[in-house]
Amino acid sequence: MIRRFFLPVVTVFTSIVFVGKLISLQLLNSSYKLLSDGNAVIENSIYPERGYIYDRNLKLLVSNQPVYDLMAIPENISSFDTLELSKLLGVLKAELTEKIKSARTFSVKLPSIILGKISRERNAVIQEKIWKYPGFFLQKNSVRDYPVPIASNLLGYVSEVNKNDMKKDNYYRLGELIGRQGIEKYYERFLRGKKGKKFYQKDRFNRIIGSYEGGKYDVATEGAQNIVLTIDRQLQQYGEELFQNKRGGIVAIEPKSGEVLSLVTAPSYDPNILVGRKRSKNFRKMILDTLAKPLFDRGLQAQYAPGSPFKTLNALIALQEGVIDTNTKYLCQKGHFYARGMFMECHCSLGTVNDLHSGIYKSCNTYFANIYRRIIDKAGENVEDGMNIWNDHLKSFGLGDYLGYDLPVGKKGFIPNADYYNYWYKKGGWKSATVVSNAIGQGEILTTPIQMANFTAAIANRGYFIQPHFLRSLGNDSLKLYPKKQTSIDSIHFEKVINGMHQVVERGTAKIAKIKGIDVCGKTGTVENFIKINGVKTQLTDHSIFIAFAPKDDPKIAIAVYVENGYWGARWAAPIASLMIEKYLNGSVKRKWLEGRMLNGSLLAEYKKSYSREPFLINE
Amino acid sequence: MNNNIIYRLDWLLILVYLLLVSFGIINVYSATYSETLDGFFDVSQPVGKQVFFLIFSFFVGIIILSVNSKFFEQFALVGYFVTILLLLGLFIFGKTVSGATSWYSIGGLSVQPSEMAKVSTALVIASFLSKFQSDLKIPRTLLKIGAYVLLPFLLIVLQPDPGSALVFGAFFFPLFREGLNYAYLIIFLSLLFLFFITLSFHFVIVIGIITLVIFLIYYFLKKINSKLKIWPFIIFLIISIGFSFSVDYIFNNVFQQRHRDRINIVLGKEVDTQGVGYNINQSKIAIGSGGLNGKGFLEGTQTKGDFVPEQHTDYIFSTIAEEWGFLGSFFLIFLFCFLISRMILQAEKQTNKFRRIFSYGSAGLIFTHFFINIGMSLGMVPTIGIPLPFISYGGSSILAFSIMIFIHLNFDANRLNDW
Repeated sequence: MIRRFFLPVVTVFTSIVFVGKLISLQLLNSSYKLLSDGNAVIENSIYPERGYIYDRNLKLLVSNQPVYDLMAIPENISSFDTLELSKLLGVLKAELTEKIKSARTFSVKLPSIILGKISRERNAVIQEKIWKYPGFFLQKNSVRDYPVPIASNLLGYVSEVNKNDMKKDNYYRLGELIGRQGIEKYYERFLRGKKGKKFYQKDRFNRIIGSYEGGKYDVATEGAQNIVLTIDRQLQQYGEELFQNKRGGIVAIEPKSGEVLSLVTAPSYDPNILVGRKRSKNFRKMILDTLAKPLFDRGLQAQYAPGSPFKTLNALIALQEGVIDTNTKYLCQKGHFYARGMFMECHCSLGTVNDLHSGIYKSCNTYFANIYRRIIDKAGENVEDGMNIWNDHLKSFGLGDYLGYDLPVGKKGFIPNADYYNYWYKKGGWKSATVVSNAIGQGEILTTPIQMANFTAAIANRGYFIQPHFLRSLGNDSLKLYPKKQTSIDSIHFEKVINGMHQVVERGTAKIAKIKGIDVCGKTGTVENFIKINGVKTQLTDHSIFIAFAPKDDPKIAIAVYVENGYWGARWAAPIASLMIEKYLNGSVKRKWLEGRMLNGSLLAEYKKSYSREPFLINE
Repeated sequence: MNNNIIYRLDWLLILVYLLLVSFGIINVYSATYSETLDGFFDVSQPVGKQVFFLIFSFFVGIIILSVNSKFFEQFALVGYFVTILLLLGLFIFGKTVSGATSWYSIGGLSVQPSEMAKVSTALVIASFLSKFQSDLKIPRTLLKIGAYVLLPFLLIVLQPDPGSALVFGAFFFPLFREGLNYAYLIIFLSLLFLFFITLSFHFVIVIGIITLVIFLIYYFLKKINSKLKIWPFIIFLIISIGFSFSVDYIFNNVFQQRHRDRINIVLGKEVDTQGVGYNINQSKIAIGSGGLNGKGFLEGTQTKGDFVPEQHTDYIFSTIAEEWGFLGSFFLIFLFCFLISRMILQAEKQTNKFRRIFSYGSAGLIFTHFFINIGMSLGMVPTIGIPLPFISYGGSSILAFSIMIFIHLNFDANRLNDW
């Protein structure tokens, strides 16, 4: 019996064991299913082309250019002439051998980059001969291209994501690109679009043999959007040229819309150096440049004392608070004593009597010190109330806080209030005379150039401003409208101050800023500044400042210019602002002599002083 | 007599056979599928060759069915020596493919005589055992049978194609059926058991297991037969330990690394999925990824990706399991189980010893292939490269197994026509 049934029983038993094993492999153990997908299916991300960036006149600021990476799959490389290939690629033979070696260490089956970011021209040569080298292939890639090398800090740049980026947003995978700084960062989502997925069927050599299940699981990319900025490319470029060999910034705003026409910071850099093979080297170099700080956007981040342009705001507050009128006059004796033994100098000649009008265009310190003290002392002995009233008015101009514009960096600036002085001097320990420096925009006040440009726009608009912004339109969307922000000063008071500002240019401190045929209103500033050198507070040459708007009756541009250590306001800042206005309103500049002086002028010698380790003179 | 053989044929077995071969063609097509494949009849491609051989097999099958079954008994010895000559001829005229000189190349088609040797050895053993009224208890008979099996076995080992040679172990089944001493079964199974535990466990544990098992057997047998002496068991124990020692020695000193690896993988000792374990691992992935329903014809990603080596030949089962899933592979196993069992049952009905032994031998051969091939694909048996009957690509294989089936059908149909 055993003999007869031995084989049939063994057969049935074997079959049962096989079926059991099949059940465990096919029905119970799902890990093999996933393994097969991981094994045989490769998921490739496909990226929409990053959106272009245009200026307000639809001139291109940022586009993309194709570059090529030479890739290699080590296991597919057969022996080849290393010398010939290295010549073709334009690299040293040793470098090529080293690259292939490290690629092999990384993975023999996966492609590695042997030579990245090959230019279009070189690619054409390589493409022709690459078939000779099995295992090597070229992969097209896209990098940013800047038709004009301007606005680098404003635009930002694009680079590969790091661990932090991936932690913050799990959208990103290693090797993908992300916008850094500026517009690239702020509008990253729109510019990048949404990547898609493509699934490929691989064979065991990791070669792609076709799309997986006819592309059933593929995910299409979602459109990257082009964006149009408020920036005027021509004006921006002109501003950057004017700022050659100087440090500082320009912010120009269209008052009616709040659109930023140009945001210049100097020194800056050519955005093209952050594209391509030398990116990280160049970036390091800039990061390490702690003196010129090319990555520091002075237009948005630099906090300076506002200086004399701030007098316009004090005048408005005094008018609004009714502590002066246009006839209020003060005598200036080359300055005045504001407290016992405390003298504030002024450049008015002895015996000058100034009212509001002449006070502004002569920039009389005495006049503004007095009206400022009136504001603070308005509530009698209680200087705290006066201080806070003043503070509230300034806040309505957007000072002392972020403006809410659409760029990722900024500074609040600083407008002191009563609490601040109570802290430093103790309650009751300070009077209007103690804080009188605020009258002339020195003291504790700090503003950024964009805040200066913004309050200039508010003056130009006679009482309101619109949040400054850089985005004009996104993709096919129409213009985004921003609400008016009313200042706490009644519009009737503005005309009085504006008339004074007009005279600044017509016959005051900034006659150099006068443009034929355009009524320019402005205000110069000269700001003392100090740094510590080896622990000793040392004064440096004054900053040259100018704010302006034009035309007077229908303002199209409001501008603030800061030239670090440029000495007095009319020396650098006013001419630059004036040239910018002329360029913007007239399209070209007639005053070639002035333009030439600004373009060629250099303050580099001035900047070297502070770290020359030698005693130096200021305000030469 | 031959006019009404059609009515006496086992059409159910023919149906199973046809199901298997067509399933085979479909899966060879899928496993070798590429965009350039020009349908099933492209003779330059594996599937076209397979179809050609299948049609040829049908043709041969019809001839076999129309021949008097007595012819095979007379022809057996001649056929056997012809195949031996063909095997010998390989050493002179043979074509070498991946290291083994196993093929004759005839006009683009390759013929593998070792496949034919299986049929002819089955015939000659059936003939020998029936003709001489041989008694398997007589050592001389055993030696002669052993010589018949050993001759093709050695010739095939020398090709070298140890996998195909190993299949000749299948003749244990008909011999056992015909009265081979139980001792051989016990020895066979003990050796197998000892071989695997020696390799699986540490030597001390192995000795423990052997001792325990032998004394348990002694204890139970002692209850049945109180006169049982203990010394044969002690001798058996010593021999077992000695064998275990020698297995250890042979494994580590005689076997080559690839042999050791193949066995170790099945024992789960080394999980090296990229090296030697690659084939089995990929095969398991393919099988596992099939799930219940499979991925569908031509949809197997593992198959298309060509991850599983030798997929149209030795690993064809992984294609089936991936594309047809559990249901498909269950059906296939069922067909084989049915085919083998039915052949055995029909063989048992034979009154003629020659026919019975041949049918039984054929069933044993099919079973051995089935066991080793699917077991290997499932990672349960060491890698031994032999085809899955009727399914795997290989013209000689399909022809040889078809001949076996048709001879069996002839025998079965003529069961009542004694001569």
